[in-house]
Amino acid sequence: MILESIVFYTLAIISIGSALLMVTRRNPVIAALYLILNFFCLAGLYLTLQAQFIAVIHILVYAGAIMVLFVFVIMLLNLGDKQTLNDAISPKKVVAGGLSLALLLELLYIIVYATKDLPAYDVKQALETGTVEHIGKELFTNFLFPFEVTSILLLAAIIGAVLLAKRKLD
Amino acid sequence: MGIQPYLYLSAIMFMIGVVGVIARRNAIIVFMSIELMLNSVNLTLIAFSAQLGNVTGQLLVFFVMTVAAAEAAVGLAIIISLFRNKQTVNLDEINILKW
Repeated sequence: MILESIVFYTLAIISIGSALLMVTRRNPVIAALYLILNFFCLAGLYLTLQAQFIAVIHILVYAGAIMVLFVFVIMLLNLGDKQTLNDAISPKKVVAGGLSLALLLELLYIIVYATKDLPAYDVKQALETGTVEHIGKELFTNFLFPFEVTSILLLAAIIGAVLLAKRKLD
Repeated sequence: MGIQPYLYLSAIMFMIGVVGVIARRNAIIVFMSIELMLNSVNLTLIAFSAQLGNVTGQLLVFFVMTVAAAEAAVGLAIIISLFRNKQTVNLDEINILKW
């Protein structure tokens, strides 16, 4: 119980810190690296929630595929010193901070009042739902159609990416 | 420990993502902030999946990840072609749709 809390709060602090650093860094490569750290912490949090399959898939897909794509594009664009996009404090940023703070307060209000008397979750039950066996069974029976549609989505994304990144449209 | 701390964490991370999308001008960092927001919502879904003992939340996360992968591929292709045409990823300078 106490160990669970220690793991959670360590991962939570690292993930919030890395998210903040990601948003504030000027160099996109460093921002991408902080985002990868954040993704690893999230995978750890998924493990503490007994979602083993999703944790592994998260590392494979996000840290392994999407972030490689991001870093690759950053390297490809070769954003030099003139591209650092020096963001100074501007009225726009203050408004952005105020708006997102309002959003956070709304979300916290909803969470506090909606989960006021939520019992602690059943770890044994959660352990069973997160297994590959359980997810696979559900995915290939009740969710077979969305699963197949996903393949069409990925095909469309591949074609779209190739077409958009091509040098000349002719 | 209940799932409330996870929900608070997810709300805070979502807010950081919103700040990044609104305040930053670098298109790539805006894009990464969108990924951060998607992930914070995934955390909420997993937390409720554990709470309710229902696998549907985890399947939804699975589909969100697929959509995020497709979105990243297409979005980065758009950024590359924008950079090729305008030599910049500064969102304030990309305003040809504005009038």
